[in-house]
Parts: sequence; structure tokens; C-alpha cells
Amino acid sequence: MEIDPLIFRLSIFILSIFVGYYVVWSVTPSLHTPLMSVTNAISSVIIVGAIIAGLSGNSESIFNTSSIFGFLAIALAAINIFGGFLVTQRMLAMYKKKKKDK
Amino acid sequence: MISANLSALFYLVSGVLFILALRGLSSPETSRQGNFFGILGMSIAVVVTFLSIGNFSTGFIYVLIFILIGGSIGALIAYRIPMTAMPELVAGFHSLVGLAAVFVAISAFLNPVAFNLGVPGNIKLGSLIEMSIGAAVGAITFSGSIIAFLKLQGIMSGSPITFKGQHLLNAIILTLILILIYFLCSSQSSKLFWILLAVSFLIGFLLIIPIGGADMPVVISMLNSYSGWAAAGIGFTLENTALIITGALVGSSGAILSYIMCKGMNRSFFNVILGGWGATDDASSKSTKEQRPVKSGNADDAAFLMKNASSVIIVPGYGMAVAQAQHALREMVDTLKKNDIKVSYAIHPVAGRMPGHMNVLLAEANVPYDEVFELEDINNDFANADVAFVIGANDVTNPVAKTDPQSPIYGMPVLDVEKCKSVLFVKRSLSPGYAGIDNDLFYKENTLMLFADAKKMTEDITKNL
Repeated sequence: MEIDPLIFRLSIFILSIFVGYYVVWSVTPSLHTPLMSVTNAISSVIIVGAIIAGLSGNSESIFNTSSIFGFLAIALAAINIFGGFLVTQRMLAMYKKKKKDK
Repeated sequence: MISANLSALFYLVSGVLFILALRGLSSPETSRQGNFFGILGMSIAVVVTFLSIGNFSTGFIYVLIFILIGGSIGALIAYRIPMTAMPELVAGFHSLVGLAAVFVAISAFLNPVAFNLGVPGNIKLGSLIEMSIGAAVGAITFSGSIIAFLKLQGIMSGSPITFKGQHLLNAIILTLILILIYFLCSSQSSKLFWILLAVSFLIGFLLIIPIGGADMPVVISMLNSYSGWAAAGIGFTLENTALIITGALVGSSGAILSYIMCKGMNRSFFNVILGGWGATDDASSKSTKEQRPVKSGNADDAAFLMKNASSVIIVPGYGMAVAQAQHALREMVDTLKKNDIKVSYAIHPVAGRMPGHMNVLLAEANVPYDEVFELEDINNDFANADVAFVIGANDVTNPVAKTDPQSPIYGMPVLDVEKCKSVLFVKRSLSPGYAGIDNDLFYKENTLMLFADAKKMTEDITKNL
């Protein structure tokens, strides 16, 4: 009998939870705020679903109820992607080591 | 157009890059590179999606327009936002992830053909289950984050909103959601889908209102986790590995942060989530409080004490963020260092309104991160330090947590500030902290209270040094 592809996706999911568990425990506590903003940005990879939804209309009607929700989701996810990565970068740029020449 | 297999491989690559993005955060040196991996992973995912659809008609232009609109709003916010407002920003961003998940689920429900999930009214059972879970969790994330945002912004009162039968009502609604998903999947009724969304929005709102302002670190972490699970749910629907991996990463990340925050307060997760802590005893403790003598001083006294010290430990808390005192504080420390006084910072895990909040503020004020220590790394140093300078923190320094089993904060890990030779406590009044209890530290022999605004007091001390 063939294995349902769902099982493979479930395996990826479960293993990723474990990867996430170990990776996040190794994050230094002083970077917990950037951790939150960057996880925010990467979870907006949901934009791939939004793009599929946005392009689901045919050439005569680009905007139907379904694709409008897709376009709105694209805008929301884009706010998060740009906002999340940029604010993370801004924060990380501030973390500096003690200057040696003091 | 590229084949489904090839795009699946690329999605895997972006998933791995996201893992590396989080891995980079294990130290400040590698973190910037990590952020770059994250951006790379995201770009790959977006480009591959375009290529796999292969539809470069007018619709494509609109997609770019919407990305551009959202992107400029996001970039603008990212550059404008003051660092003290990070908790609000993160809560706001969580709400957007949640809403985006809801919208994608709606879109997939209305037009399943585009997602290869079947036809309207006859969507594949597995997809429908995944879709409704993703939509429900997304909706909870959205409304919950909105409440968290309003509480953090101060638009809504930070005090817990509780009413009789609250937990029972929440339990009933949560059960209702499960029943709705069951009937939605068996009937494919669009009416049930909308009801499910409405009820999920409602429960997100109800779950967060009883949680008080100082528990926000837990709430934000928890919503962070939810936004991950919502993304993973949608990832299963779309059969997209990048989304599944990311959802799992973010979900476990938020869960770990919630755990760390709860441990920092010695409270169970459920105790925080069920909320209402300190809401009622606040008033009673004020009325029964006996008048005990405190020693209070001015900037001159504080400057004198610090000038004669050889080592000083700074304990910042949320009050420092409110008073925007981090820059003034750094200037004071610079002056101290010029006088060859050793200065370090002690950060309690739940200081501030989100995990790592104080570290970011100190970094913003150009405090080198190797002078900033976590509780377990610095707690033994208090006994050898001459002066502890508590600015905007309260409950996390209360020795009662170690001595009085009756106290609501008993068992909570606290900074051993009282072991210092002298303690300077900057505070506006003697009012109790969030836990609604008196801080024994105020009345210790070696404590000098400095009643003033944190920023003004720090500036005055610097002048007197």
C-alpha cells in the first residue's frame, strides 16, 4: 500500500518542531526581542499562499471574491515581511561589543 | 513554469534558510548574517511561487502592486518605530500574520480549484480540516493580538477584565469551535465556515482580556506561537514545505519563550492564561498597609554614594522604558566609568513588556552587550558590589519572594539586590508594583529611595558626579 503524502508532510512538521526546539533554546536571551520580530517576518512566508490566491482569477476577471482576499493577504504579509526583517536588522545593528581602546 | 518537484525543493531550501536565520541569533556576532539568510529564504519562496504559477498576466502586476503597498508601509513602520514601542509593534505584526492566514483560508475555501483542493462544496476532507484549523487559529491570533496591542498602547486599560463564569464561557466556546469544525467538514457548508471564523475571532478577544499588563511577555510569546501554528495549518492545506517548516519553527519558538517567561515569574502557563492575578488584592493591600519608615534621598546623596563605590550594578525595569531613561542612564554610567567604577547591568527574564525588551533598549543607548547580564549570571555578584541602582524595576527585586511563603510572588526568581552594601531605588512613589504587594526592599536599612522621574533623577545624578 502506498503511503499518503500527508504522512510525509506530517513527518517534516514534527521534525521541524524538534529542530525549532533546539535552535530556539540556543538563542541568547539578550536577543529574544529580535527573535520575536524575525519569527514574525518568516511566518509571513504565508504570502506564497496569498500569491496563489491572488492569481486564481482568470484573465477576464482578475478580481473575484476569492482573489480579493488573496490580494489583501499579500498586502498584510508584505507589511510583515518588510517590517519584520527591517526592524530586526535595525535592532541587531545596535548590539555592539565593548570598545577595546578605552 | 517550473515543475512541482523543483519548486518543492526550492521551498525546502527556504525552510532550511529560515532555520539558519534563527540559528544566527545564538550570538550577536552571527545574528546579522542570520537575518540575511531569512531575507534570502523569503525571496526564494516568493520568486519560486511566481515561477511555479507561471502566470505573468495583468494579475501578476497587481500582485507586485500589493507587495509594494504592503512593503512600503512595513518599511516605513520599521524605520519610524521607537525601540520602546517594540512590544506593541510585535503584537501588531502578529495580528497581521493571523489575519493573512484567515484571508488565505477564505480564499482557498471559496476557490479550491486554484489550490488543487477539489471543487467548491466538495473540498478534499483532509484539506478542509487543515484549512479550518488554520483559519480558526489565525482568527484567534488576530483578535488576541489586537487586544494585546491595545493594552500595550494604553488605549485599553492594562488591568485584567474579569467577570463571573468567564472560564466556563471560554471553555464552552472552545468546545463549540471543535464541534463547528466537525460539522463543517461533514457538511461543507459555507455558512458554518463563516460562523467558525466569527466564533474564533470572539474567543481570541475573550482569552486575552483577563490577562494583565505585566503578563504581556507571556501573552506576546503565546500569540507568537499561535501565529506559527496558523501558518503551519495553512502550509498543510497548500502542501507547502516552506510554510510547514516555518510554522513549526515559529510555533515552538513562541512556546519556548512563553515557558521561559512563566518560569521567570514562577507561575504555571495556565495560571497566567486564566488571568486576573493581582487585580483584586491591589486595593486591599493599599488600605491595610502600615506606615513603615523609609530613607529617602536626593541626587546629591546618590552621586556621593556612587562616587565612593568601586562597583555598581544597574537593575533596569519597565519604568525605565516608560520614562525613556536609557540614554540618560548610559551617560551616567559613562561618567561613573571615567571615575574607574566598574558598572554592569542585571536583567531579570520578565523585565519589560516582552522577552529581551531591556536588552534592546540598552543596546539602543549604546550599552555594549557584554556589560549586560542575565539573572543567573550576575546574581552572585550583588554580595560583592557596593551599590545597586534600581531604575524602573520593582517586583523582580522583592526579597519577599525568598522569605515569605504567604506572598503571591513566593518562589519567583528575584535579583538579590538587598545583598549589596547600599541600594539606590529610583521610583516615583512607594506604590506597590504589578503584583500588588509591598516591596520589603524599600524599608531596608541600606536602601535609599530616590523619589523622582527616572530620567530626571539620572540626569541630576550625572550632574552631581
